[in-house]
Amino acid sequence: MAKPMHPTPMLDKLESGPWPSFVTGLKRLAKDKDYMVDLLGQLEHSYKTRKGYWKGGTVGVFGYGGGVIPRFTEAKDEAGKPLFPDAAEFHTLRVMPPAGMHYNTAILRKLADIWEKHGSGLIAFHGQSGDIMFQGATTENVQKAFDEINAAGFDLGGAGPAVRTSMSCVGAARCEQSCYDEASAHRAVINSFLDDIHRPSLPYKFKFKFSGCPNDCMNSIQRADMAIIGTWRDDIRSDEALARKWFAKHGMNELVNDVVARCPTKAIQLKEVKDLEAAPGVTTVAVSDTHGLAIDNRDCVRCMHCINVMTGALAPGVDKGATILVGGKRTLKIGDLMGTVVVPFMKLATDEDREKLVELGQKIIDFFAENALEHERTGEMIERIGLVNFLDALGIEVDANMVASPRTNPYVRTDGWDEEVAKINARKHKAA
Amino acid sequence: MSQPQMRRAIESGVPDNKQFLHPLLAKNYGNWKWHDRPRPGVLHHVANSGDEVWTVRAGTQRQMDVHTIRKLCDIADRYAEGHVRFTIRSNIEFMVSSQAKVGPLVEALESSGFPVGGTGNSVSMIAHTQGWLHCDIPGTDASGAVKALMDELIVEFRREEMPNRVHLSTSCCEINCGGQADIAIIVQHTKPPKINHDLVANVCERPAVVARCPVAAIRPALVNGKPSLEVDEKKCICCGACYPPCPPMQINDPEHSKLAIWVGGKNSNARAKPTFMKMVASGLPNNPPRWPEVTVVVKKILAVYKEDARPWERLSDWVERIGWPRFFEKTDLPFTKYLIDDWRGARANLNASTHIRF
Repeated sequence: MAKPMHPTPMLDKLESGPWPSFVTGLKRLAKDKDYMVDLLGQLEHSYKTRKGYWKGGTVGVFGYGGGVIPRFTEAKDEAGKPLFPDAAEFHTLRVMPPAGMHYNTAILRKLADIWEKHGSGLIAFHGQSGDIMFQGATTENVQKAFDEINAAGFDLGGAGPAVRTSMSCVGAARCEQSCYDEASAHRAVINSFLDDIHRPSLPYKFKFKFSGCPNDCMNSIQRADMAIIGTWRDDIRSDEALARKWFAKHGMNELVNDVVARCPTKAIQLKEVKDLEAAPGVTTVAVSDTHGLAIDNRDCVRCMHCINVMTGALAPGVDKGATILVGGKRTLKIGDLMGTVVVPFMKLATDEDREKLVELGQKIIDFFAENALEHERTGEMIERIGLVNFLDALGIEVDANMVASPRTNPYVRTDGWDEEVAKINARKHKAA
Repeated sequence: MSQPQMRRAIESGVPDNKQFLHPLLAKNYGNWKWHDRPRPGVLHHVANSGDEVWTVRAGTQRQMDVHTIRKLCDIADRYAEGHVRFTIRSNIEFMVSSQAKVGPLVEALESSGFPVGGTGNSVSMIAHTQGWLHCDIPGTDASGAVKALMDELIVEFRREEMPNRVHLSTSCCEINCGGQADIAIIVQHTKPPKINHDLVANVCERPAVVARCPVAAIRPALVNGKPSLEVDEKKCICCGACYPPCPPMQINDPEHSKLAIWVGGKNSNARAKPTFMKMVASGLPNNPPRWPEVTVVVKKILAVYKEDARPWERLSDWVERIGWPRFFEKTDLPFTKYLIDDWRGARANLNASTHIRF
């Protein structure tokens, strides 16, 4: 039994209502731990005063420079004594999840037992960076908790100016839209940068995220410095049986309004079956005895919409891989940036392919480490120096897939034009 | 006191997920054929081998006590097959090999207080941040605001009746850890930081703080004989970027830190390219414990979107069709001058055409 609860009239109001209540969970923990009695006390104090009361500091585990988020209370009386002394230290361990965030109950129970013993008993599945967040341990217990979590096969994630914890979608494990083995790529890349995760020494954070298709369930394009998004080069596949089944259920209005009309590049046409002609680069599929779809794959931008609507009837091709985009981030400091294309297509089928992905990541991180200003993200660095300088440094040739449009202003010195054309022609000649 | 021998970390990195996969997921890895959703909250995947797997998705409070985790494990062991995963929006998923297990599993989850839903064109769980519970710079709480909002939106979580999926996020400062969303709730400070000049010299690396300001409004200064920093309040955009590197520059204010609503963010490439969300409302009070003013605006936007958008239109697709003037008209939100972009690249957000819907 723990000490008596502080009154929490405001938090109590978050126990009613149908959604699961974190307050009820916190109170359950407070039955056994003075630690959580005071945590609830401080949280109620925040609700009352509308202010936060945590400050950072330096707490870590032996051998690592990051992965623990230290929190010391700032809720103090006039003499500088903590108002909620039992919760004066409330550090978080960021722990990297398995790819796709798959678990079995045995490992979840084990992690819960460890955290009940050494920590607050509060765990977030998962934080916005993808970490399992073990929230709330004293300075003394951080190492003990980590030792057991680590022995259970888990490792700390990133914090501060470091390579950060990554996330990948459910992917090949359960999704027919998966265009590469996300889990293998995720592990191959992140486990190659463990030193940069555990010992922060970059200008600022660097995030990888892995989405198996352009639906980008990991939100990688807007929150990863390097986004690996699955795609395919060949034709959309079709399955007539499933297409007919879909049409029988949904009908012509939905086929026209929800599929054909919503194609962003008008690559899909509705045709009468007699006009459905097989041709190179064209996917055809009958949806009934009279009508069918013809998709010109050269116009298709692999947006996923028609495949999302007619799952299985339409599917990504078989020549799969990923598009690599670099520079995504949110507001601070220059404003929001989406990642932009740096490699339009890369095979990711073999260990050798994944090794190339690791090499690309290494090159980008090396360049970032040497050239970014302090607290500057990769996208901001590219904005400052220009994409062409970035590509030059990586040894990547320019490609028209990297732009939404060519430049709209003449402010560029072009006296190297003829040499560039000669280089392009030489490459074409060599490839021919 | 003698120091005990420290254990050396095993730098094992990301664990192999194969050890945790449901056997059917492991067996059919990379070989799935199609899927459908037999009912809201349930996915049904069919492999090329003919194997089928049913997934039941339920909402959680994200910040879970170990007792809640054990309760979910008990349900997974008794009604499912011991394998679970989490989605990016903190929903938990239980995989089972037989359709007969779906009903009892749904029932067990619902009766234990975990709502089943969040699939397809529903309003899924809100991606959120740490807030007062654990963050060092929060303007508001995250878990509480999310709980209050999800209590109101749970009906739409359990149904699939929206035009397309709806992703929500909340963020406790303008850094926006919650991320892009169809509708996002983000703290918007309205007053410059209040500086405790006694502490700046000791706590803050002053050149780094000066460099952090997006509008160069911070400069070193001697205040009361002490080296400190001062803010040109005419230039200051109240973004709070100086606060993390310099806690004596307090940006959070119980009254003047407000909440803003943003709409139309989309990460998916489906149909239109991914989009950033746009600010459509601000000045809402930071009103714990249930933030009712925020709920009213979010529910209003959702109701109008649900009523007006066509099938498969995400919020951004819908606004693209109806135009921003109609968005503000239909949602009864005032279009103020603060919503006209004046940051870098702002001209790209002006209407350089005569495309006007009358």
